[in-house]
Amino acid sequence: MMTNSNRSSGSLPKKRSNSERLTYNLLMWPGVILLFIFSIVPLFGLVIAFQNYIPAKGIAGSEWVGLDNFILIFSLPDSWRVLGNTLYIAIAKMSIGIVVPLIFAIMLNEVSSKRYKQVVQTVVYMPYFLSWVILGGIFLSMLSIDGVINRIIEMLGEEPVMFMADGKWARAIIILTDCWKNFGYGAIIYLAALTSIDLDLYEAAAIDGASRFRQILHVTVPALVPTVVLVATLNLGGVLNAGFDQIYNMYNPLVYDTIDIIDTFVYRMGLVDMQFSLGTAVGLFKSVVSFVLIVLSYVLAKKFTGYRIF
Amino acid sequence: MVKSNSSGDRMVKIVSYTVVTVLMLSCLLPLIHTLALSLSDKSAAASGMVTLWPVRPSNSAYKAILGDKQFFLSFKNSIVRILLGGALNIFFTVTMAFPLSRSKRLFPQRNIYMWFLIFTMLFSGGIIPMYLLIYRLKLMDSIWALVLPSAVPVYNVILLMNYFRGVPRELDEAARLDGAGPLRTMLQVFVPVSMPCIATITLFSIVGHWNAFFDGAIYINTQAKVPLQTYIQQLVVDMRASSVMSKEELAILAEISGKSFNAAKVIVTMLPVLLVYPFLQKYFVHGIVLGSVKG
Repeated sequence: MMTNSNRSSGSLPKKRSNSERLTYNLLMWPGVILLFIFSIVPLFGLVIAFQNYIPAKGIAGSEWVGLDNFILIFSLPDSWRVLGNTLYIAIAKMSIGIVVPLIFAIMLNEVSSKRYKQVVQTVVYMPYFLSWVILGGIFLSMLSIDGVINRIIEMLGEEPVMFMADGKWARAIIILTDCWKNFGYGAIIYLAALTSIDLDLYEAAAIDGASRFRQILHVTVPALVPTVVLVATLNLGGVLNAGFDQIYNMYNPLVYDTIDIIDTFVYRMGLVDMQFSLGTAVGLFKSVVSFVLIVLSYVLAKKFTGYRIF
Repeated sequence: MVKSNSSGDRMVKIVSYTVVTVLMLSCLLPLIHTLALSLSDKSAAASGMVTLWPVRPSNSAYKAILGDKQFFLSFKNSIVRILLGGALNIFFTVTMAFPLSRSKRLFPQRNIYMWFLIFTMLFSGGIIPMYLLIYRLKLMDSIWALVLPSAVPVYNVILLMNYFRGVPRELDEAARLDGAGPLRTMLQVFVPVSMPCIATITLFSIVGHWNAFFDGAIYINTQAKVPLQTYIQQLVVDMRASSVMSKEELAILAEISGKSFNAAKVIVTMLPVLLVYPFLQKYFVHGIVLGSVKG
């Protein structure tokens, strides 16, 4: 044993540790190069937000316009509309996305049959793994004027509704279907927190005569509070992400008023209307605000809950 | 456990079972409805008669898929994509997570790389600079446009790095004493003991590649090269239009497209995800807990 450890601080391992370092660096480089090309280079592309970018002229040949694009964007009523829609939808999704999984997790915790619990979990996690292309297709078909929902409404003797042609309905549907897709998966983190509750606490409460409802209120809920705080603060960084994939697959021009968001606006402006500079300017505005919010949310999360990712 | 059977406690139980069951059914019913639609006769589906059980059962929609050449082409494109994209993802996740999991003493430059990764996670150019980059790199219309930009999944690298750090030191030291170099240690010690984590990450990235549609829509112009979700998305765009059509307009459309046909395509498209889902579920709870509640 002694000789072994003595040897490992000798000259041979020194050589080895140099080659070891080299190996580690070499392992990193392919990935670093790819990241550089696909994450760093596009950042330089952001300069076209300050240009009147014309693809044929390239970045070097296009005219610099300073902040003109930003001034133009903030003077467009559409920009304020999409900003409002984005905030409305994102905040609604986040609030519901905390409350519903929380209630679901608490109630699932009351289910005593282990088997049934597993069946429920298997089913509710599933939608998370399906794409919005698939789910958009399913929901649009169900909600169309000849779809199953309107058939049920008609059977109840009411007038059919053109859901996706009505701004308020469309917005509610966007928020609800997002909750539908994600609530099960969102509950996992709460269920994990519930498993760490000491069962003796329930027993003690029961001996003290607390009803099951009071036990939930005084044992289960307090145990979940730190997790809720953590999720809520980490959500803060996503306040400008209202869900591009979902809305892109479900919206139509009739409901731009209520469900057109920054990302869909950028997509149409940049890649459909080919206004590269204006689209990039909106995207840059979003990135900067999001970055500030993400940093803020991590600082807050660390302060409140001691959470660290790295 | 003390059992108390007051009516209030029973009420809590009844409400919980009911709410949980309703939520579970809400997740299941839209999928069952779509399945029923796909197995129904074309005219029954178009008239909105189908709820949860096929009306005038027919397999004509699935037969029609067999005759849809584009569907098969796109299916094949998506398979190629998940194989290539998945392989790249595993390769980069493992090769980057391992050095980063080493201590600063063994790998002095570690923190520089770490900050670089975090930087790329925090800042992104957004879709327009990305689009222009793909265009400049002449990757348009190529499978590489779909797999290279996401080839290094930084978040997964950090997940696996954390997992590697939990590997007992003794294993590492034993390998060292046996004279194994870093590559052998990685491949023969760390990778085998981290299989649950690697499996989870891989399944996630495969499902991610399978589900991606937007890159296929903007980078691929040749219809024959379009991946499956993008092809389905083209149908959804039609549905998007039909979601605001009147009954008369829809009657005309039903003659050409057919709800049951689209439903069948949706079912076949989600089938692969549903097939890997049981394996995914076995591992992912572990994976997500690993990622999110780590103190």
